[in-house]
Amino acid sequence: MKKLFSKLGMVGLLSFLLLGFSQIGMSNEVFDLSNGTILLADNHAAVEAPAEAVEVPALDTGDTAWMIIATILVIVMAIPGLALFYGGLVRSKNMLSVLMQVFVTFSLMSVLWVVYGYSLAFTEGPYNTWIGGLGAAFLGGISGDSISGTIPEYVFVTFQLTFAALTPALIVGGFAERIKFSGMLVFLSLWLTVVYLPICHMVWGGGLISSWGAIDFAGGTVVHINAGVAALVLAICLGKRLGYGKEVMAPHNMPMTMIGASLLWAGWFGFNVGSELAADSTAGLVMINTQVAAAAGVLGWITMEWMARGKPSMLGGASGAISGLVAITPACAAVGPMGAIVLGFIASIIAYWACTSLKKSLGYDDSLDVFGIHGVAGMVGAVSLAILMAPQFGGVGYDEGVTMMSQFVVQAKSVGFTIIWCGVISFVLFKIVDATVGLRVSEEDERAGLDTTSHGETAYHS
Amino acid sequence: MKFITAVIKPFKLDEVREALSEIGVQGITVTEVKGFGRQKGHTELYRGAEYVIDFLPKVKLEVAVSEKLAKKVVEAITKSALTGKIGDGKIFVMNLDQVQRIRTGETGDDAL
Repeated sequence: MKKLFSKLGMVGLLSFLLLGFSQIGMSNEVFDLSNGTILLADNHAAVEAPAEAVEVPALDTGDTAWMIIATILVIVMAIPGLALFYGGLVRSKNMLSVLMQVFVTFSLMSVLWVVYGYSLAFTEGPYNTWIGGLGAAFLGGISGDSISGTIPEYVFVTFQLTFAALTPALIVGGFAERIKFSGMLVFLSLWLTVVYLPICHMVWGGGLISSWGAIDFAGGTVVHINAGVAALVLAICLGKRLGYGKEVMAPHNMPMTMIGASLLWAGWFGFNVGSELAADSTAGLVMINTQVAAAAGVLGWITMEWMARGKPSMLGGASGAISGLVAITPACAAVGPMGAIVLGFIASIIAYWACTSLKKSLGYDDSLDVFGIHGVAGMVGAVSLAILMAPQFGGVGYDEGVTMMSQFVVQAKSVGFTIIWCGVISFVLFKIVDATVGLRVSEEDERAGLDTTSHGETAYHS
Repeated sequence: MKFITAVIKPFKLDEVREALSEIGVQGITVTEVKGFGRQKGHTELYRGAEYVIDFLPKVKLEVAVSEKLAKKVVEAITKSALTGKIGDGKIFVMNLDQVQRIRTGETGDDAL
């Protein structure tokens, strides 16, 4: 029965895509090209750089060159960075399954982004508080000449695409080693549509959260809290891996995890610095903050390990780096370099606590600690930036009429809203997909490993 | 004839091989193995998850020798594989009924 549903789902998805392509021509004709372009460009200008809203948008080659590089850096973060980071952490029998889950998720989300994702996230719609419109579905109305800010709109679309494709791929870590591949693709497609796109619109597309004055420069709520909470919900709903807590589930290849973490670190400059959408002075601040927060994160985590266990570990170093990077993501254009060090160090320590004590006491099996690292460090970053952005801590200071307390409340509100939105909807989506396509592999397949049972190949031959 | 099996610490293999060559042993077979004994394992910690690794890597070597050489072989292995710390390994000596060299068809001591 479930097999039938999964087949039907695939057919549905394909026909939807085909239907869409057949409409491309039509939507281009219906859409007034010049009006659409100006409307979109104005919209971005209003969101990204209010001061320049009155100026006529002009392409800047320096900014454009940088944004193309930044986009590629974020792609490297996901594949191979994230894939290797996760891959090294699972048992060898599941290595390829994790690589595939990240690789194919990244690809599927990329296609969905241009079909309707970009439009729902970044254009104005009838329910603009929550979600954008469908005016730019299939990228209708956008041409090579369209400009967003100072860069071609296609570059902006691709840059944002990498975020939308990376975030669902992050969730893979929460259900690794037991997820059914087809169910995962259906779940993540729905998740992108009803969790990521609305939150992305609300934060960056001129919706609800941005209207509160919340600061989320490069995706603390949109990317990391979202992915962390969804991973937690799925880890709990899906149940623990067979033999969890009894059998040895040690990482099968720590060097690969180190390579993955390092690629994530390097790629994060595209993620954070690229979010400035320009090669300007703020980009410099974001760059130094990103570097020192990651470094402080490494030191924070291994300090805890060294004190608690007597030995600092490679996995601790890698986990600390990611924790620091996650925490600085929303804050990287608001705090100063010293604030970034403090933030990276503290967030890493709290993430360490979440991955060890909190996880143990609550007893969930978040396979690769997506919640512990992305969720928790993301929350720490999003909330504490309200304090660290104060001028006395070297931050950029507050907007007129905003105090530390009021900013703190807004940040906490945006975090709480994201947790509830993502948590509740992820749970409902889990129930729907689990009842139809199915989300967990059979016990037999799980024991044998997903490489052979889901993908018909093995990672290593000896 | 005797068949001698020894389980030793991996890093001692070269010393043991040299010691055996010196007393006239013509060949040995070596296998990388895992096992547990009084040395016990160690714990590994990955974020919050702690695993006790019971089985430690060792090297197993097998050597077939004549009756008169057997005692010297045991002595040589004991001496060269010794560190004095727990986990140095063990030597097992067994009677060997027959040996045959495949290429020439020689048997008994001639085949060793």
